[in-house]
Amino acid sequence: MNKPVHSTAGAAVPVAASDAAAGGSATPHTVDAVLRESQVETVMADLERDLVGLAPIKERIRDIAALLVIDRLRLNLGLQAQSPSLHMSFTGNPGTGKTTVAMRMAEILHRLNYVRRGHLVAVTRDDLVGQYIGHTAPKTKEVLKKAMGGVLFIDEAYYLYRPENERDYGQEAIEILLQVMENQRDDLVVILAGYKNRMDTFFQSNPGLSSRIAHHLDFPDYSQDELGEIADKMLATMNYRFGEGSREAFGEYLTRRLKQPHFANARSVRNALDRMRLRQASRLFADRYRELTEIDLTTIEPPDILASRVFTQD
Amino acid sequence: MMTNTGSRLTQGQFSFLPDLTDKQITAQVEYALKNSWAVGIEYTDDPHPRNTYWEMFGNPMFDLKDPAGILTEINSCRKTFPNHYIRVTAFDASRGVESPRMSYIVNRPAKEPGFGLARQEVDSRSIRYTIHSYATDKPEGERY
Repeated sequence: MNKPVHSTAGAAVPVAASDAAAGGSATPHTVDAVLRESQVETVMADLERDLVGLAPIKERIRDIAALLVIDRLRLNLGLQAQSPSLHMSFTGNPGTGKTTVAMRMAEILHRLNYVRRGHLVAVTRDDLVGQYIGHTAPKTKEVLKKAMGGVLFIDEAYYLYRPENERDYGQEAIEILLQVMENQRDDLVVILAGYKNRMDTFFQSNPGLSSRIAHHLDFPDYSQDELGEIADKMLATMNYRFGEGSREAFGEYLTRRLKQPHFANARSVRNALDRMRLRQASRLFADRYRELTEIDLTTIEPPDILASRVFTQD
Repeated sequence: MMTNTGSRLTQGQFSFLPDLTDKQITAQVEYALKNSWAVGIEYTDDPHPRNTYWEMFGNPMFDLKDPAGILTEINSCRKTFPNHYIRVTAFDASRGVESPRMSYIVNRPAKEPGFGLARQEVDSRSIRYTIHSYATDKPEGERY
């Protein structure tokens, strides 16, 4: 399946007519026909399965996938179908999945045929900005060349611009980025990510950058149920499971932890699970001569959870 | 029958064909990248066939996945040296090969003066022949 290209109505109409005359052609004219021959539904199903919550993100990806399908139908009728600008900005609190989704976005866009190769190049400020005059431009250009045909993910993008230091070369990197984002839209997708308030200040001082980004997506904090689901998924990938009563104990843990400050969503959940694994290991370690079965080694019991600090601090 | 009646340089691949379009160059670069060959861009204004080592424009690009980045480099080389010969070389670094696999010219000066035959008489009227490029009659930088 090719990337949508420009086509003129005049040239293509005779082709469509002769296709219809041939009787039951291969060109699809319904959404269902296009869906059946592309990978769109698999992509959406994978997304639903692997990512918990993140409703606005999934909605936006659904919109992009729908546009792909409709573009295909437009092309079949000889209408123009210009690929949309796909540059994105992910903002949100720590641990809400910005980096995770950016990694998957490259794969998703590739399977939807919006990028040619689908590889992801993840950089921070250090990979773009040089240390001395004349260093920034070649450094940024090398990174951009490597990212062509895929997605460039710039984490903590606001560090690029340092207004208080006049000897900072971040501005040069931004300018090169702006030019490539505008002129080579078909070759490269840029995703910026960072915390919301700092990204807002960053965009205010760079209106050119803000306007080139078509999709500003905010990652909401996870609800307690979603955090529980995330914990289940994480344990499953690590080959652990919650034992009897552990799930409820974990729910109780979350309720208490959420009231405390400095909660980093999924990352805090991961850290909590790691601490529970430590306590489980210590518990099993204590009994030297017991034969440990698979069930013993993979189950997290309530004591592992209830030993947490949040239950004693009130 | 002479296939090249003018003074058009016929070094490298595709040199007897009309100039490659950007789309064709992209296709060739993609072939090179698919085979994991390193792509390098070189330029020169000395067209002699024995001039093997041209000046490199930037470093060889061996870690790129897409030809678009290389096309930007080619175009920026064309902008910097519009009247030089520019060629793209694909180098195969696999063991046993370790040599260029592809090499084709992507930019030429507008007028190519061609070559002349130079004869040199050596001990007792034997003649040694060589070819001499008319472009090198002028100094570097002023040739085209």
